[in-house]
Amino acid sequence: MARLIRMDDTGHTTLAEWTAADETSFDAAVTAFRAQLDAGFYAVITEGEGRARQVDELPFDAELVILRRPIAGG
Amino acid sequence: MSSEVLPETAAVHWRPRVDERHLARRGRLWTLTTVAHTVPFTAAAVLLFWLEPLSAPVDLILLAHAWAIPELYAKRGANVLRRRPRAAEGPERTAVGLLGDLIGHEARELHARTGLVVERGALGVWVVGEAGALLVRPGGHRVDCWCVHVEDRRLPSGDRIAHLLLALRTDEHGFATVANLAFSGAPWRVRRRLPPDQRPALDAGVARAG
Repeated sequence: MARLIRMDDTGHTTLAEWTAADETSFDAAVTAFRAQLDAGFYAVITEGEGRARQVDELPFDAELVILRRPIAGG
Repeated sequence: MSSEVLPETAAVHWRPRVDERHLARRGRLWTLTTVAHTVPFTAAAVLLFWLEPLSAPVDLILLAHAWAIPELYAKRGANVLRRRPRAAEGPERTAVGLLGDLIGHEARELHARTGLVVERGALGVWVVGEAGALLVRPGGHRVDCWCVHVEDRRLPSGDRIAHLLLALRTDEHGFATVANLAFSGAPWRVRRRLPPDQRPALDAGVARAG
């Protein structure tokens, strides 16, 4: 089952889960995903060792999508 | 690492994007700065003592300056790995679990001992902390200390590191562009200013970069 999680003060929170067989759950995940992007989060998927990719659309086939806050220097 | 551009670089659009040449130039500048702080004080102390041995107390003050100023810079560099206040135990444990999923077994074990994550990149080997990172340059003879943090102080430590790690993996050059360079110099200068339990992470970084 694929998961959309947000790193937050609880460690992380699972916002949505979906499977390839269940479009309704994916639609709900997309709604949650867009709400988090609107709130200023960035979405990242890991792509093997040492690699990650930022995404603006929720990938249907991703296993794990992680929402992170912006970083800054200083 | 990916070739994407980190969106946070838009907030520092005036900065040139960090690359190998940029790092080498800034490294040379740091070395020159250290020499400029050390040589005049040392030369003045030697000259004064040669002219008048009774000036020894003043000479010692000058030599102390020559020693202390580079030390303060190195301390500033080591401070980028300073730990932040802990969150509650539950969130800390959850965050470390997620971080553990992002890194390999060896890095996980090192993190458990040092609180730091070692990650190889294109620019060198990174030692990532909660609010900063060290970049050990190829060859292991220079370390750049970067101040960079996630803008949420309530996050547990594992999440702070995971934020930096994911940004680093998305765009390493962009990550270095967003971060502020606090120090650049020999690893031994930073190492002696680190808490003893963090030193193995820097040692591992130097070993992998060498």
